Amino acid sequence: MAERFHVLSQLEHLQSKYVGTGHSDMNRWDWVTNHHRDSYASYIGHPDVLSLMAVCENESRTRIKFNFLQRMISPCGPPPEKNPLDD
Amino acid sequence: MHLYNLTLQKPTAINQAVHGSFAGTRQQEICVGRGKVLELLRPDPNTGKVHTLVSHEVFGIIRSLLAFRLTGGTKDYIVVGSDAGRIVVLEYNPTKNCFERVHQETFGKTGCRRVIPGQYLAVDPKGRAILIGASEKQKLVYIMNRDAAANLTISSPLEAHKGYSICFSVVGIDVGFENPTFACLEVDYEDVDNDPTGEAMKKVQQTLTFYELDLGLNHVVRKYAEPLDEMGNNLISVPGGQDGPSGVIVCCENYLIYKNLGDQPDIRCPIPRRRNDLDDPERGMLIVCSATHKTKSMFFFLVQSEQGDIFKITLETDEDIVTEMKIKYFDTVPPANAMCILKTGFLFIASEFGNHYLYQIARLGDDDDEPEFSSRMPLEEGETFFFAPRPLQNLSLVDELESLAPVLASHVGDLANEDAPQIYAACGRGPRSSVKVLRHGLEVTEMAVSELPGNPNAVWTVRRSVDDEYDAHIVVSFVNATLVLSIGETVEEVTDSGFLGTTPTLACSLIGDDALLQIYPDGIRHIRSDRRVNEWKAPGKRSIVKCAINQRQVAIALSGGEIVYFELDATGQLNEYTERKELSSEVVCMGLSEVPQGELRARFLAVGLADRTVRIISLDPQDCLAPLSMQALPADSESLAIVEMGGDETTGSALFLNIGLQNGVLLRTVLDHLTGDLSDTRTRYLGTRPVKLFKVKMQGKNALLATSSRAWLLYFYQNRFHLTPLSYDTLEYAAGFASEQCPEGVVAIAANTLRILALEKLGAVFNQMTHPLTRTPRRMIVHQQSGNVILIETDHNAYTDETKQQRRQQMAEEMVELAGEDEQELAAEMAAQFLQENLSEKEFNAPRAAYGMWASVVRLMNPVNGNKLQDFPLPQNEAAFCVAIVTFANQPDAQFVLVGAANRLKLRPRQCSGGYVYTFLLSTQGDHMDLIHK
Repeated sequence: MAERFHVLSQLEHLQSKYVGTGHSDMNRWDWVTNHHRDSYASYIGHPDVLSLMAVCENESRTRIKFNFLQRMISPCGPPPEKNPLDD
Repeated sequence: MHLYNLTLQKPTAINQAVHGSFAGTRQQEICVGRGKVLELLRPDPNTGKVHTLVSHEVFGIIRSLLAFRLTGGTKDYIVVGSDAGRIVVLEYNPTKNCFERVHQETFGKTGCRRVIPGQYLAVDPKGRAILIGASEKQKLVYIMNRDAAANLTISSPLEAHKGYSICFSVVGIDVGFENPTFACLEVDYEDVDNDPTGEAMKKVQQTLTFYELDLGLNHVVRKYAEPLDEMGNNLISVPGGQDGPSGVIVCCENYLIYKNLGDQPDIRCPIPRRRNDLDDPERGMLIVCSATHKTKSMFFFLVQSEQGDIFKITLETDEDIVTEMKIKYFDTVPPANAMCILKTGFLFIASEFGNHYLYQIARLGDDDDEPEFSSRMPLEEGETFFFAPRPLQNLSLVDELESLAPVLASHVGDLANEDAPQIYAACGRGPRSSVKVLRHGLEVTEMAVSELPGNPNAVWTVRRSVDDEYDAHIVVSFVNATLVLSIGETVEEVTDSGFLGTTPTLACSLIGDDALLQIYPDGIRHIRSDRRVNEWKAPGKRSIVKCAINQRQVAIALSGGEIVYFELDATGQLNEYTERKELSSEVVCMGLSEVPQGELRARFLAVGLADRTVRIISLDPQDCLAPLSMQALPADSESLAIVEMGGDETTGSALFLNIGLQNGVLLRTVLDHLTGDLSDTRTRYLGTRPVKLFKVKMQGKNALLATSSRAWLLYFYQNRFHLTPLSYDTLEYAAGFASEQCPEGVVAIAANTLRILALEKLGAVFNQMTHPLTRTPRRMIVHQQSGNVILIETDHNAYTDETKQQRRQQMAEEMVELAGEDEQELAAEMAAQFLQENLSEKEFNAPRAAYGMWASVVRLMNPVNGNKLQDFPLPQNEAAFCVAIVTFANQPDAQFVLVGAANRLKLRPRQCSGGYVYTFLLSTQGDHMDLIHK
């Protein structure tokens, strides 16, 4: 099975299946955004970490979860301008 | 080297709670997820106390729980979404008292990942399909069905993925028997990620998306997506089909919106706010959790806001179209992670932080004076509904489940000068914080204490007949007499029980069906039910030194190491066995096991001898009084007990020989049913005094009470043996006790008093004592000499007491100003009233200030008795974070407390405008602090 796919298409398949998989030419914004999104998802997924954040900020857990989900949309601001020389 | 850990106390926080009839009976249970422990709780419908039926550690993280029932089924199943990358369907088996795994389907990698499902669970109300979703992208739908043998079947997963979309909440919509539909709040960020100008981010909208599972074509379709104006955080499914209009309520910030597919117009209703709230007015209000109650005739929702206020929501319908949404203030309880309304009228609140509560819904809030707000009421822009919070009216507290969450600081030490250290845990959040003192030991309820003449040395309880439920007499033995007391309305002495009162008693009990037996040093007295007395006298100059009795057999030891054995025959006559056993040394203690069910005699007699051995002697008719096995002991024995404990109907229980030694050690050995061999000895040090053993009954099962310098209880609970000390005085002798007021108690003697005790909270390893605090504790340090504790408490988003007063003044003045000319007086009155009233923060939550405002207190308190010795509040926006006791080189005698505080700290990004170090001089007794400088 492996011989049928080129390495690049295998990587693309992985990338489409597991969001956030990177490659060597990934730019900094991509990497950091995925990093942030994964972190927020982890904070929401681990209930004790969410409780810790709720106690630190003295807010309800629902409010913290809501804030994190909203911040997941654009955690690091807009992406950099696409240089037409890339790709 | 092996790393070994022992969990002393399981997690007490509850993250998810669902209710359902998991046992298949009419009673409902609550299944709770406590992080990595899955528990099933049942509130007793009569007493209202919550009992834990089963507690199972899953060694993973439970992220979501759901209960569902197939149409026409009798019991609910539990679906667990966890970090294991699998969906698990569990069934509760009430006979084995455990969870059974019905299905386990793997779909992804382990871990709390962004795209791997496990975070959200939703079910079609008819139980046909389950959706398990992730925070982003992936959603899988499983179809549940029944096969020919009525077993639950699960299908292969159907994908409903949508790339680049973050999911906020999922719920199953009640569509009757049409294709199952799920509603989801999603945000699509693909445009945001591709737009370098940042415009897309400003315009991004959340959508309410409906996914339909086409049962015929077997795939999931994204049916309809509607953009919402505001971001919502929660979805509530409205009953549909025959019972209601169907549809979904979207909980947004500050608003509740009812939506449905088709012609239904949106019905909006704002979430009422508290009148004259000290909260920062910029803050929005979110709905934290919700619960639905549905009966044949009506349904309603209870939703809870961030501040803990519960509102009741009802929908008015006009032929399947909802025309109005009515919202009404119900009551205020601590903010919860989950609410469950049970059919028996109980409301279970699984608090976010702090103790969990079970309330009885006393009234439905239909006929009171509380104003009801409606979506039809016209409101201007920026206006909302206001209500006045009040103490509980519709709910009444029934039970409280202790919870230590969150523990912020703790100290293990013996500050109370007891022989065992205590754990001081500073836990809680905001106004519900406290310092909890945990002591290892079972809580003992003292039911009665009575003085006795002289110092007794033993006590027993006796029933009149084997069918009696409760004990009839308490027999107390003194050095030269025996006192018989009757148990009834009052405890009185009786003289006509048939027992001999002029001699000390070695043992007494019920024998056969209705005869009493008393063994005293000179002989044995057998009192038949018709008051005939048979006496057996000890031969010659010998006296009976030790004895053992069970329902049909008696074994006594005469001085000189001789054992005489008696057995009750079919006519109720006590017959002496022809032979007597001579032993090589004096008998120190004896024990007989209970006669097993359906048999005539117990097989084993255990005898402890002065030569530091314990011998097992057979009482089988073929080899009566023949020795079977022997165990050598490290010290002299003091008492013996053979108890059948452990196991349940299927695995069977084992016979244990428990030996209490004079050096305070308890040995527990397995006694083989058939051969009488002794194996697998466990040792435990109990205390400084010789260990005496007494058989009692706890929760209908055999248990052992061992007295030493402290009393311990060995019992089998939740499939495990527990040996826990009792938090009580030293006891000298004890016996099981059953009466109407106290069906499973213990009667014991301590010095010259007779005490009747009840042990209720079995399974709780620690008993807690709580001392309340006002703000979230951060650090705790102990002043060693005095045993006092210095705490710093800090809250973000909070007002100090001073600021609160100021704000109230301000608001009162505004009230007067805003009122027109002719209403000045009325307004002044209202303002004065407002200044007077003070909502208890513990119940109604502290007012939340703006972001970046802090309130802090340094407190000196005595943790043992909870006295707050001194409070030192810090000014607004200064937050204390660390504390230490130091001595300086140039003042070696004085102890100073240094508290580090940050000024105007902003959490994100972390910056502050400065810091302060407060120095306090601690007095030598440690009960007073003086501020030196800042």
